[in-house]
Amino acid sequence: MGRLPGTAYDRCVILAIDTSAGSAVAVVDRDGGVLAECAVADTRRHAEVIGTLIDEALRVAGVAPSRLSAVAAGVGPGPFTGLRVGIVAARAFAFGAGVPCLAVGSHDAVAFERLSAEAGRDVAEAGGRLDAPLVVVTDARRREVAWSAWAGLDDDGLPVLLDGPALVRPAGLDDATGASSGSPRTDPDATVVSAAALGMLAERLFEHGRAFAAPEPLYLREPDVTPSAGPKPVGR
Amino acid sequence: MTATTASPAPSGGPAPASARGDAGPLVLGIETSCDETGVGIVRGTTLLANVISSSMDEHARYGGVVPEVAARAHLEAMEPALRAALAEADVTLDQLDAIAVTSGPGLAGALMVGVGAAKALALATGTPLYAVNHLVGHVGADVLREDGSDLELPTIALLVSGGHTSLLHVRDLVDDVELLGETIDDAAGEAFDKVARLLGLPYPGGPQIDRVAAGGDPAAIRFPRGLTLPKDLVRHRYDFSFSGLKTAVARWVERRRDEGLEVPVADVAASFREAVADVLLTKALAACADRGVPRLLLGGGVVANARVRALAAERCAAAGVELRVPPLSLCTDNGAMIAALGAQLVARGHAPSPLDFGADSTLPVTVVQAV
Ligand SMILES: [Zn+2]
Repeated sequence: MGRLPGTAYDRCVILAIDTSAGSAVAVVDRDGGVLAECAVADTRRHAEVIGTLIDEALRVAGVAPSRLSAVAAGVGPGPFTGLRVGIVAARAFAFGAGVPCLAVGSHDAVAFERLSAEAGRDVAEAGGRLDAPLVVVTDARRREVAWSAWAGLDDDGLPVLLDGPALVRPAGLDDATGASSGSPRTDPDATVVSAAALGMLAERLFEHGRAFAAPEPLYLREPDVTPSAGPKPVGR
Repeated sequence: MTATTASPAPSGGPAPASARGDAGPLVLGIETSCDETGVGIVRGTTLLANVISSSMDEHARYGGVVPEVAARAHLEAMEPALRAALAEADVTLDQLDAIAVTSGPGLAGALMVGVGAAKALALATGTPLYAVNHLVGHVGADVLREDGSDLELPTIALLVSGGHTSLLHVRDLVDDVELLGETIDDAAGEAFDKVARLLGLPYPGGPQIDRVAAGGDPAAIRFPRGLTLPKDLVRHRYDFSFSGLKTAVARWVERRRDEGLEVPVADVAASFREAVADVLLTKALAACADRGVPRLLLGGGVVANARVRALAAERCAAAGVELRVPPLSLCTDNGAMIAALGAQLVARGHAPSPLDFGADSTLPVTVVQAV
């Protein structure tokens, strides 16, 4: 079993933050499960709500920042502007609390939650194998969706990635997903990323000594290169 | 991305707080309104750290700031800048009395990175958080005086950069700031970038125009001064417009090329620069005269322009107006000025901002602190 740097073995409380779709914050405990989960579905107000959500989640969980072992950041894919707010908040919170920031794919959290449910389990319950293909599809704006294909859960109950994540026009989803095109898909208009699932997935990845995601956001799209016309004149 | 540590005080470091007799609150400031990720730390009016990480090089090939490129760079630069600033100031997070962050005006996506980071850092450390106005922050930079003198108020402030061109009347730094005028089209810094491109000079245009203008004749070509005609002055006495000037330069250069003549780059640059400096200072000194304010403060990256500084000194001396120009590292966008303004709010007993403020790309200067 792996250990987080500087973390006591008998304590593994994680603050999980994901803003790849709406804004979601949870506090989870390896053994105690989900201690708190707060979310706002609005996909445009990430900067406004992030502080309140973190504050509320910690209060509901009754966990002070000093009791955290780590912060987990959902690294997308997701629309850039909002996605960045959660990642920078996770990094800054981890820096402020003196704990590591762990990167977890947002689609991984969706697959973990969905497949655990299919196996008849809550995300907080330690799991086992499930062979059930799934394609996670989320809104990527600009008439595109982000997709990733999953084979099911492995012996440790962790989602097994087959392909993706990548962007495609909805009409091109069959071609893009190839061998997985016949698998059940999540509905991009209804797919929420649960911070509790993200946090519990981080706990299990850690518990089984698995690798976390790369810390960089999964933008999957190059920036538009139109230089700014500057901020609009300030109204009086 | 290039990270630079702006020297807190070129002349041997800041005076120790004890020598200034004003220990004041220890405040960390975060600035991400445009293409500089700035983290600064002050104790009262004493500068302890000013770390700036710029994504300017990444924008060079586009000829201007690309908002998404800037926002991506802020995310990657944030934690390293925080670490560097704390190390430079030789303080720890638990010693901070407050955190201040720019909540606007600026590029929305860029601002959101600083706002997200500041909220999380404040919650993780249990530190009060102040959301402040970027433009007023430029004025706040002037409290970080090396000579220990106080910021004298009221003052007129001329704040000019690639992102803004604003003229303010500041009666009180934390609760009485009036916007007299601003650009109605391009920021002055953008005009420099566009004219530089026209003349085949690289981005950013300001330093390039300044360099080639040094060998040119500022009176060679009479370019227009935007919004200075009597009819314009009625409605736009303190407003600026640079798009007409940019177009006039483009037309002049094109005509010259069409006629098969060589473009006198130095003269064009010098004449253009003169037109910008002239209109900026004519309006700023008109504000000083109209409002009976014998002080002018310059801020923003255009302060680096040699002609703007020289003309400001000349005109202010002639008008009997005291000119204040903070060091360049505090004039370009930086976190220390945000920390300095935050420290003023703390010292004056203002309550922290609520946790639900957002990034406001058009935050008016009358809102010094988001509450
Ligand atoms: Zn500025």
